[in-house]
Amino acid sequence: MSSGYLIEVEDLKQYFPVKTGFFRTTPLKAVDGVTFKIKPGETLGLVGESGCGKTTVGRSILRLYEPTAGTVKFNGEEITEKNIAVHRKDMQMVFQDPYSSLNPRMTVEDIIGEPLDVHKLYANKKERREKILALMELVGLNAEHATRYAHEFSGGQRQRIGIARALAVDPKFIVCDEAVSALDVSIQAQVINMFEDLQQKLGVAYLFIAHDLLVVRHISNRIAVMYLGKVVEIGDADEVYEHPIHPYTESLLSAVPIPDPITARQNRRIVLSGDVPSPMHMPTGCAFRTRCRFATDKCAEECPALADKGGGHFAACHNR
Amino acid sequence: MGEEYILQVKDLHTSFFTDSGEVRAVNGVTFNLAPGKILGIVGESGSGKSVTAYSIMGILASTGRIMSGEVLYKGQDITKFDKKQMKNFRGKCCSIIFQDPMTSLNPVFTIGNQLMEAILLHTDKDKKQAKERAIEMLELVGVNEPAKRIRQYPHELSGGMRQRVMIAMALACEPDILIADEPTTALDVTIQAQILELMQELQKKLGMAIIMVTHDLGVIADMCDEIIVMYGGRVCERGTAEDIFYRPAHEYTKGLLRSIPKADGSKERLVPIAGTPINLLNMPKGCAFCARCDEAMKICLTEVPPQVQMPDGHYASCWLAYRDLAVAQEKGAQG
Ligand SMILES: Nc1ncnc2c1ncn2[C@@H]1O[C@H](COP(=O)(O)OP(=O)(O)OP(=O)(O)O)[C@@H](O)[C@H]1O
Ligand SMILES: Nc1ncnc2c1ncn2[C@@H]1O[C@H](COP(=O)(O)OP(=O)(O)OP(=O)(O)O)[C@@H](O)[C@H]1O
Ligand code: SF4
Ligand SMILES: [Mg+2]
Ligand SMILES: [Mg+2]
Repeated sequence: MSSGYLIEVEDLKQYFPVKTGFFRTTPLKAVDGVTFKIKPGETLGLVGESGCGKTTVGRSILRLYEPTAGTVKFNGEEITEKNIAVHRKDMQMVFQDPYSSLNPRMTVEDIIGEPLDVHKLYANKKERREKILALMELVGLNAEHATRYAHEFSGGQRQRIGIARALAVDPKFIVCDEAVSALDVSIQAQVINMFEDLQQKLGVAYLFIAHDLLVVRHISNRIAVMYLGKVVEIGDADEVYEHPIHPYTESLLSAVPIPDPITARQNRRIVLSGDVPSPMHMPTGCAFRTRCRFATDKCAEECPALADKGGGHFAACHNR
Repeated sequence: MGEEYILQVKDLHTSFFTDSGEVRAVNGVTFNLAPGKILGIVGESGSGKSVTAYSIMGILASTGRIMSGEVLYKGQDITKFDKKQMKNFRGKCCSIIFQDPMTSLNPVFTIGNQLMEAILLHTDKDKKQAKERAIEMLELVGVNEPAKRIRQYPHELSGGMRQRVMIAMALACEPDILIADEPTTALDVTIQAQILELMQELQKKLGMAIIMVTHDLGVIADMCDEIIVMYGGRVCERGTAEDIFYRPAHEYTKGLLRSIPKADGSKERLVPIAGTPINLLNMPKGCAFCARCDEAMKICLTEVPPQVQMPDGHYASCWLAYRDLAVAQEKGAQG
């Protein structure tokens, strides 16, 4: 606990082998040297292009994959194959894909009850049921739904089952991977308020992965932007939104759809052109240079390091 | 009459028969879709948007049944189609992008395999052409190194890539009607913009009509010619983007718009609609929203509100709107 950080991710790398011929495999560098820290009671938003490695970062922190390189510390202690079982209860994940992560043949009651069973978190049947119903109410599910099967629910209802299950064991850290993306804005508001209340009361920390940038800005203290396996910008949430430094962040923010018909139709997006690079075939130097309007010769030669551009706002770019 | 529309849904009712009873997921949905138009469907999670889409496609779960109503494709009622007619209808006439890519992609086949199969089934291309088309479609939806990616299995792709494979599959057949159920939730905003533009391009080029189901009100505001808002298996409001965003008439729509996080990044607490969603096993007698509505009157509890045409031409199913309109008309008659 000496460092004061709950989660410390240090130069994390996660490579996957991909078959590219009968006898050949190419390493796919899903995460390629990611470093960040999260304090207790803090929310770090994680945004970036689809396929840039956000889910993989979340899964590697929780040791659902064995990392290729790098370390993850929880409360100052390095997480290893051996001690992960001890920390399982403290670190939970709400999965991006609510369908495949829930067993369709289990009732909602049993899905939410499973972690309670595993960690023996109740004295008797009655207490178990009370806990489950309280969790369901927390995420806006009808108590009448308890005996129904997962496959009988809508997309957003399943997502809420996944959230209730993650909350069941009172974790200290939750990876929310697109945890509210299948919800209408009203239920989304309810769930976000609930996340914030838990944080206030119990000091829960979140890694909040999402594509909805309005939501990420609302909930996050700090934001990290990823591009092709690397963090290219990280800083205070408002600072990153109002003064983006990295050209990728800039184009991302310009494409936020605004929920207002007139503004939406005249919105000026910075459309990215150029080749979409691949984690199996990384460009030399800066990974963004194939699509960057500021790229110079240096960008092809040298990979820009994440550097402090003032006031703890870090970005990895030679020219900004 | 009716010929100007490619799809008409009339008073559709769909239920599921489960261990706990009859779940009335869709309770009288009506809308029309003209060729080349984009209809947006928004509404509460669990309000019957996907079930409406599945009813149109004839792909309900085995416990689900269309209880009454019509679904007319070019004037023909597809709820009366036999298996073979239905098979022809799916894919070529009407394609769907599922809300969840994992349930519709087969985990044991590569994505190239699945894309090619869809193309071979619905077009007259040969195997080599189908492969080229598969790679071309993946490129169009922004998947990097498509020629290598076609050898990967669904679980080896990111959430957004799987979603794009689904989109590529649905678009490859160039259908008359595209039903897109939350097509871009797993995509970052730049790729989302690219995909939406691709859809709009096909819509213009082929006259494809689109039903866009989404919670993303930014997408709705940007793309749709007409919008329907659903609550409790019913349509509660229908109009243009301007009608819905600037002059919402139904209390649910108003509450929904109030819940959006502010674009200025204010950390103010969000304002959800109070109360819990309704229980479809036990539908309220009157307006489905009455238990959560601040303005509810006696009649709201006992009678289903009629559809009222607002002064600007759009429609809302609400007793309050009905009353206000009646009062205004009376005033008009008097003076
Ligand atoms: N098990 C796996 N085997 C091979 N490749 C994988 C595997 N899991 C992920 N990948 C690859 O790693 C990269 C990053 O995937 P990841 O799911 O982390 O992206 P993401 O940022 O979460 O994207 P999205 O926003 O679309 O969910 C992708 O190129 C993906 O194809
Ligand atoms: N197979 C099923 N058996 C029983 N009930 C079902 C089944 N499928 C859906 N339902 C119920 O029907 C209602 C409508 O579901 P639907 O999937 O259409 O919602 P939706 O509007 O698409 O919601 P979301 O925005 O969360 O995807 C929900 O309350 C759901 O629980
Ligand atoms: S380092 Fe060069 S290529 Fe990379 S983002 Fe900056 S300017 Fe663009
Ligand atoms: Mg992901
Ligand atoms: Mg749905």
